[in-house]
Amino acid sequence: MEPETIHELTAAYALDALDEREAQTYEAHLRDCERCRADLRELQQVASALAYAAPAAPPPSALRDRIVERAREERTNVIPLRPRSRSRWTPVLAAATAVAAAAAVGLGIWAATLHSDLDSSRSARARDAQALAVLSSPRATRIPLTGASGALTVVPSGDAVLAVSQLEPAPSGKTYEAWVIQGTTPKRAGLFEGGENGLVRLTRPVPRGATVAVTVERDGGVDAPTQTPIISAKATNF
Amino acid sequence: MNLAHLSDEALLALCERGDEVALGELYERHGAVAYGLAFRILRNEMLAEDAVQDAFLTVWRTAGRFAPEQAAASTWLLTIVHRRAVDLVRREERRRAQPLSEAAEPVAHESAEDAAWLRLERERVQEALRQLPDEQREAIELAYYGGFTQSELAERLGQPVGTIKSRMFAGLRRLRDLLDVETKEQRWSPRQSTS
Repeated sequence: MEPETIHELTAAYALDALDEREAQTYEAHLRDCERCRADLRELQQVASALAYAAPAAPPPSALRDRIVERAREERTNVIPLRPRSRSRWTPVLAAATAVAAAAAVGLGIWAATLHSDLDSSRSARARDAQALAVLSSPRATRIPLTGASGALTVVPSGDAVLAVSQLEPAPSGKTYEAWVIQGTTPKRAGLFEGGENGLVRLTRPVPRGATVAVTVERDGGVDAPTQTPIISAKATNF
Repeated sequence: MNLAHLSDEALLALCERGDEVALGELYERHGAVAYGLAFRILRNEMLAEDAVQDAFLTVWRTAGRFAPEQAAASTWLLTIVHRRAVDLVRREERRRAQPLSEAAEPVAHESAEDAAWLRLERERVQEALRQLPDEQREAIELAYYGGFTQSELAERLGQPVGTIKSRMFAGLRRLRDLLDVETKEQRWSPRQSTS
């Protein structure tokens, strides 16, 4: 897309009138374009004022308590993004904190800043940060796990991160293997070792309605699961 | 704990530290507008509830990313609510496109003070919308309240995408002037403490 054309997407982005692909293109552009970031800050504020013009509709009285209750539950169950000491996530979190300090209204501006921060990083860190980007996406849906404490976090593109809290390290000679199961065929979606806080970015997208499962397999993984899943989550609605 | 004296921004800082009472207070302040917006877009009570709940929980999880020097907290929050509602309406194909004025207006149960403030703000923004040229208002309303993408709008209105983009840009700029939006407007004002 021509740069001049991209500038013109600012209003549409502020109104959430871009499709997924256009929005991604625009967010990538934002990281390099101070002019668009400034325009977006302003137009996003105007756009959000439109919320006040919607007709009054009384929210159900139970909604507040339900939200607060869910928040309280998440506080106790959620995989802490703040690392324990010596966590291998520390570099990513440091980057993310710096990003947060410099970031923006724009969810998009935030994403763009994150990405530009990562351009200069090593690919391993970039991979970790992709997991972080999924976890913190405003479009993300969290699905609690069955069989372990934690959640599957999915964004509309199908990018997904499995966060398993306090999973025992895989036994010697074994590995955890994640699967994406649509219909009856499980497809490989990544290996991980457990221990500490397990954040696993799945290596394949999760289609809507698919199930994500984890089995214990021999080192190196297998092409089809040989064991009963110990963890699963069904991605029905995201 | 009474948090009524705190700014929205301070409440977000408390959310980041895991204080769900602060999230409840943010809901007290912005839940009605958030729900009104979600209901306008989704036209379904359950979906609107889902959108508002998801949005507030996103706020809860990502409060640490809010940058107060960039925007008012209400802007950030309503941006998240809007995006969530639009995502849902695109998925549900439940979008409606009738003009704002034809939408049913249910009876609200708000405190008199909040209701008065919200009513004034609603009238102010509706009046600004009315002052836009018809084709700009149409593009903005269909995009913001209808959840249509610019490409869908181009098809629906029989115009090139470039024309739709220009109308949205010009319309938002004009609205900015009409609403007298400053670069960083603080909408929050302290409520009367009840204690």
